[in-house]
Amino acid sequence: MTKKIILAALAAPCLAASLPVQADAAYRGKAIETIKRDFQPRGQADLDRLAEDGLQTICNRTGNNPPEYIAKRLEADQMAAVKYPADGKLMGDWKKGEKLAQSGRGFTWSDKPGLPVGGNCYNCHQISPKETAFGTVGPTLLHFGKLRGNTPETQKYVYSKIFNAKAHNVCSDMPRFGHVDALKPEQIKDLVALLLDPESPVNK
Amino acid sequence: MRKPRILGALCAITSLGIAHAQTAEVDHAKADAEFAKFRAEMEDSNPAELFELKGEELWKVKRGPKSVSLAESCDLGLGVGKVEGAYVQMPRYFADANAVMDAERRIVWCMVEKQGFKFADIAKKPFQGANDTNPPEITSLVTFVAGHSRNMKFAVPLKDPKVKEIWEIGKEITNYRAGPYDFSCNTCHGSDGKRIRMQNLPNIGTHEGAVKGVMGWPGYRMTGGVMLTHQWRMNDCFRQQRFPEPKYASDTVTALLTYMTANANGAVYKGPGIKR
Ligand code: HEC
Ligand code: HEC
Repeated sequence: MTKKIILAALAAPCLAASLPVQADAAYRGKAIETIKRDFQPRGQADLDRLAEDGLQTICNRTGNNPPEYIAKRLEADQMAAVKYPADGKLMGDWKKGEKLAQSGRGFTWSDKPGLPVGGNCYNCHQISPKETAFGTVGPTLLHFGKLRGNTPETQKYVYSKIFNAKAHNVCSDMPRFGHVDALKPEQIKDLVALLLDPESPVNK
Repeated sequence: MRKPRILGALCAITSLGIAHAQTAEVDHAKADAEFAKFRAEMEDSNPAELFELKGEELWKVKRGPKSVSLAESCDLGLGVGKVEGAYVQMPRYFADANAVMDAERRIVWCMVEKQGFKFADIAKKPFQGANDTNPPEITSLVTFVAGHSRNMKFAVPLKDPKVKEIWEIGKEITNYRAGPYDFSCNTCHGSDGKRIRMQNLPNIGTHEGAVKGVMGWPGYRMTGGVMLTHQWRMNDCFRQQRFPEPKYASDTVTALLTYMTANANGAVYKGPGIKR
C-alpha cells in the first residue's frame, strides 16, 4: 500500500491529480476557460474568487462525491486547521448567536468590505421556533440541544462543524465560516450556544 | 392597447412594492397571499406591457450613428426584422457573429453592429437600478421581443451541435463551486423543493425547475418596482454566489441561459411577467 502512504503525504491539489482522468466531465475544461474570461472584479469580489482551492477542485471534479480515501484525507486536513477559542470555552451567548444567525450579510460585491459578516444560518436552516422564514437547503436544527445534549463532545462537534463544515462532510453545501475567516471564534461560540444552551429558544 | 389602465396599475404596483419591502422580513405568509392576489389582478394589465410598447418604438425607429432601425437590420434568427416567435427559439447560433447568443445579447449585437452604438456605452448600465426611474433601452427592447413569443413553446435548437456544446458548458458552470462560501448554482438550485428563507429555489437541471426559472422573464419586479431581464437574474445570482460580476452579454451568461431555456423546451412561454 505504498500508494496510500504517498497520497497521504500530498496536499489537496496533488490528490486531485491522482483522480482518474475520466473524473473530469468532458466540458469542465471549457467551462473553466469560459468563466476565467467572463468576469470582472466588483466591490470586494475580486477575480481570485474564481479559482478553486484544492477541496473545491476535488468536489467539482467528482460531482461532490470523491472516493472515500480522498474524502477522509481532506476532512482530516480541514479538521486540523480548526482554531478553538483561547479560553477553551465553546459556549457563548445564545442571544448574540440568534442575531448572527439572522443576518445574511457578507462577502457579496454589494456588501461593504470589513463589516462584520452574518451567519446566514436561517437562509438554510430552521433554528428557533419563533423564526418562520427559514430556508431548507440544510436540515432543521430545531431542538438541536434537546435532541443531541450539550456534552463537551457535542459542543466540540457543533463548534467545529460551524468553523468548517467540510471537516465533517467534505463536499457539504454549508460554507466553511471559520476557515474563511467569515466568523470569529467568539461568534462561533455564540452560535454553539444558540443550538445547545438549554436556555436558548431552540431547546424550549 | 390599454395604456391608461396599465399606467394606473404601475402606480399601484410601485407603492405596493415599497410596502412589500418593509414587511418582507416580518410577514412572509401575508406577503405571499398579497402577491398572489396582486398578480391575479394584474393578469390583464401587466406593467411589463408598458415596456413592450416602449421597446416596439425603439425597435422601429431609425437610431444610432448609422441611423438604421433594428426592424430593418436585425436578424433574431428567423429573418431580418422578424420578432414573432424569436424569443422562445433563442439562445441559438448566429453565423454572422459566429456565436450562440441569447435574445438580449443578440439585440445588443445588432445595436452595435447594425446601428453603430458602442458596446461599452450599453454595458455601462445594462440593468435598471433601484433608484432609476426607467430601465435602460435594451431592457425595453428585450421585453418587446419577448412579448412577441407569448403563448408559444420554448424551442431552443438543441439539435444544432454548436448550441448543444454551449448547453454542456452551461451545465458544467452550474456545477462549478468556488468563492469564499464554496457555492455553485447547484448549491441553491440543484435539488427539488429547497428554499433560501421563504424563497423557493427552482431545480434548474429538471424540466419543471427550468420552466420556473425561465417563466416570467423579463419581469417587472415588485420589490423596488423595476423592469429586469433574465440576464439580470444571472447577474444577481452570481452576486449571491459571492462570485465577482459576470461581464454583460458574456458567454458565461449565454451558456446558463442556454442550459435553462433548453431544459424548459416544450413549455408554453406566458410572456413578460411579474416577479416579487
Ligand atoms: C448554504 C446553506 C447553509 C448555510 C448558510 C448554513 N448551513 Fe448548516 N448545513 C447545511 C447543510 C446542507 C447541512 C447538512 C450537510 C452537512 O452536514 O454538511 C448543514 C449541517 C449543519 C449542522 C449539522 C447538523 C447535524 O445534524 O449534525 C449544523 C450544526 C449546522 N449546519 C449549523 C449551521 C449554522 C450555525 C449556520 C450559520 C452559521 C449554518 N449551519 C449555515 C447548509 C447550510
Ligand atoms: C446562495 C443561493 C443561490 C445561488 C448560489 C444561486 N441562486 Fe439563483 N436564486 C436564489 C434566490 C434566493 C432566488 C430568488 C427566488 C425568488 O425571488 O423567488 C434565485 C432565483 C433564480 C432564478 C429565477 C427563479 C424565478 O422564479 O424566476 C434563476 C433562473 C436562478 N436563480 C438561476 C441561478 C443560476 C443559473 C445560478 C448560478 C449562476 C444561481 N441561480 C445561483 C439563490 C441562489
